[in-house]
Amino acid sequence: MARISRRKLLKLSGGGAVAARTGGIASILALKQAPAYAQGTTVHWLRWNDFVPASDQVLRNAIIPDCAKALGIKLNIEMINGNDIQARTTSAIQSGTGPDVICALNNWPQLYPESVVDVSDVADEIGKAQGGFYEESRVVANDGKKWIAVPWCVLGAQLAYRKSWFAEIGYDAPKFPQTWEEYREAGKKLKAKGRPLGQAVSHSFGDPPTYAYPYLWSWGGKEVEADGKTVVLNSKATVDSVNFAVGFWKDAYDDGGLAWDDSSNNRAFLAGTISSTLNGASIYIEAKRKPEVYLTETGTPLWKDILHAPLPKGVAGQFGYHLPMSNMLMKYVKDPKAGKEFLRWITSKPVYQTWFDSQQGYSVGATTIWEQDKLWEKDPVMLPFRTAARAGRFPGYAGPADRHAAEVLSKYIVVDMTAKAIQGMPVQDAVKWAHDEVAGIHAA
Amino acid sequence: MVVDSVAAVKSAKSYVAAPRRGPVTRILENEGWFAFFLLLPTAVLLGLFMAYPFIEGVLLALSDAKVGVPGNFVGLQNFAVLLNDSIFRIAVWNTVLYTAVTTVFKLALGLWLALLLNRHFRGKAVTRAFVLLPFIIPTVLSTFAWKWMFDPTFSVINWTLFHLGIIRTRINWLSDPGLALVSVIIVNIWRGVPFYAISLLAGLQTINPELAEAAAIDGARPWQRFRYITWPLLLPVTMVVVLFSVIQTFADFQLVYVLTGGGPANATQLFATYAYQIGVGTGLLGQGAAISLAMFPVLLVVVVVQLLYIRRVEIH
Repeated sequence: MARISRRKLLKLSGGGAVAARTGGIASILALKQAPAYAQGTTVHWLRWNDFVPASDQVLRNAIIPDCAKALGIKLNIEMINGNDIQARTTSAIQSGTGPDVICALNNWPQLYPESVVDVSDVADEIGKAQGGFYEESRVVANDGKKWIAVPWCVLGAQLAYRKSWFAEIGYDAPKFPQTWEEYREAGKKLKAKGRPLGQAVSHSFGDPPTYAYPYLWSWGGKEVEADGKTVVLNSKATVDSVNFAVGFWKDAYDDGGLAWDDSSNNRAFLAGTISSTLNGASIYIEAKRKPEVYLTETGTPLWKDILHAPLPKGVAGQFGYHLPMSNMLMKYVKDPKAGKEFLRWITSKPVYQTWFDSQQGYSVGATTIWEQDKLWEKDPVMLPFRTAARAGRFPGYAGPADRHAAEVLSKYIVVDMTAKAIQGMPVQDAVKWAHDEVAGIHAA
Repeated sequence: MVVDSVAAVKSAKSYVAAPRRGPVTRILENEGWFAFFLLLPTAVLLGLFMAYPFIEGVLLALSDAKVGVPGNFVGLQNFAVLLNDSIFRIAVWNTVLYTAVTTVFKLALGLWLALLLNRHFRGKAVTRAFVLLPFIIPTVLSTFAWKWMFDPTFSVINWTLFHLGIIRTRINWLSDPGLALVSVIIVNIWRGVPFYAISLLAGLQTINPELAEAAAIDGARPWQRFRYITWPLLLPVTMVVVLFSVIQTFADFQLVYVLTGGGPANATQLFATYAYQIGVGTGLLGQGAAISLAMFPVLLVVVVVQLLYIRRVEIH
């Protein structure tokens, strides 16, 4: 065993620490060694249970040992249900103890700007090195002055649909309904055959808002003006959109969607009870992972009958809302240096690549560089996800994605506006209810 | 000096005659102090785990605190906001309805079950143990099982009803606003009946069977025996059980959170779930605390009325 003298140890650890403090990943690479942290330095990273289980395996089996090797940090990854992350974040902040890094969904960082460490140095470095962040990633993790979280990825949302079933009603691939009217007509025919469209319109963080908001925008509806104060939800465009949604729901959708959570449509699609649904690529990836389990009615592997398409166009255009994720470094952490270095390391290209590959296209990376990755050459079915994040807008549009937008989002007001109308509330009343709720939030 | 030494001799004699009483013993021999020391641990526990969080909750409800921001005193502003909050009004109505309906059913079914379990039959002990199962299983686990049973696509209830020819189209248990509330009520009743049954069974077993036998000899029919003997004697226990149950049901959270998340479109939103959504989901701790605290006056009235009634029954 090689002996390390006290002088040598001081030199080594001094070099690493300086690198960590000043030069970031470039200096670490230049020094050809990781910054030395005190023995037993641990970073506790809280994140969701991934819809792609292979990625969780990569984190456990590859990233944890690599982190120990590269940074000398013991990485402790805790994975919980996405819907429960906010409860953990709140209790951690209020009690002043908890995970060092929390992976937030949507614009949750905007709810906790006072409780997170300024990570502008890390985010700027990563953004600069990787072609810049998508606008959606920026607005949720930057409060206009500084970065309050380091963007992690964007989960592309596309319609997963049954190729053969749409072909039967005249949409031979790659032909797919381009407008809401066409999509409704197609859905009507499919529902008549016992193959309705499926959509969650409920209180769950992912699918319900990623459908409801772009749908509203495509009709020209929006919550507020660009000033972030003038609430304009109760407009002709919004009323038209909800009016159309009521008939659309009856004509084409599975009634159960009002009670679905983010995994319900996956199960329904994989069970062959719905023909199309807005989702991340997890349905396709899961079907491909278990080809012998998920079969079509003719006994062929289901994954071969799945294609993806963006949400249709409305009179005001075609939009998407792709779920952004970002990592917050919590302020209650006594020494944030290790956490910062971990974030710098995990989002650096070589390390992130390992995780990105395991996602198989389910997430598109928060920086534009990942559009160029070779992964997209592997499977043409995943191609619609490649540039999906470019068309992304975020709730709160046309205002900022601030605390008010987060409150409207977490109260599911835009989702419930449609749900109420579907359940029988007069459309005007449903829109007025939602407008008053949004106005109340912005007035506070 | 002489007087002092005489007194010292006297006290020395008495020391020999009786054990010496130290200051602690002397204090403890005082009934008032003794009671105080006996109550002290309980008072400290209640203060720490009941009074302190309650006072903190009140202070929070009177502030504009957000997650990570202590906030300023805003008086009753949070409560004023709630008065104009349509979702809060839905939550109030749902909570009252949810508590009232489930309490009536839990009491009726629990009493019926308790009367049955109070009879002698083979396998009585095993049956009693099984009856407790819904109460023993963690609520989150059992509610997940119910969620599957109510699943719009894979509902085993729908499957059974369909194959029995009772329904032709599926029932949207959790998608329909009315049915969703009915569904959470059903699950609450299922979970709560064992608590009523076992508690009332304990009460039934304290009633001397000779009373019923004497009444039977006098010609009283089963209903009359229940109405005039069993029920009046069981009433104090019943009131206490109802009291506990109303408090628990009024503040119920887990069941609705797991089953519907308060949806569809807030159709099953309760006080607790809405307080969670605002306080934890949106980070508005002051408003969330105000929603939680809005339960307090209602519960206080319920508790006072029931305790007064129990006292009246006991006196009579």
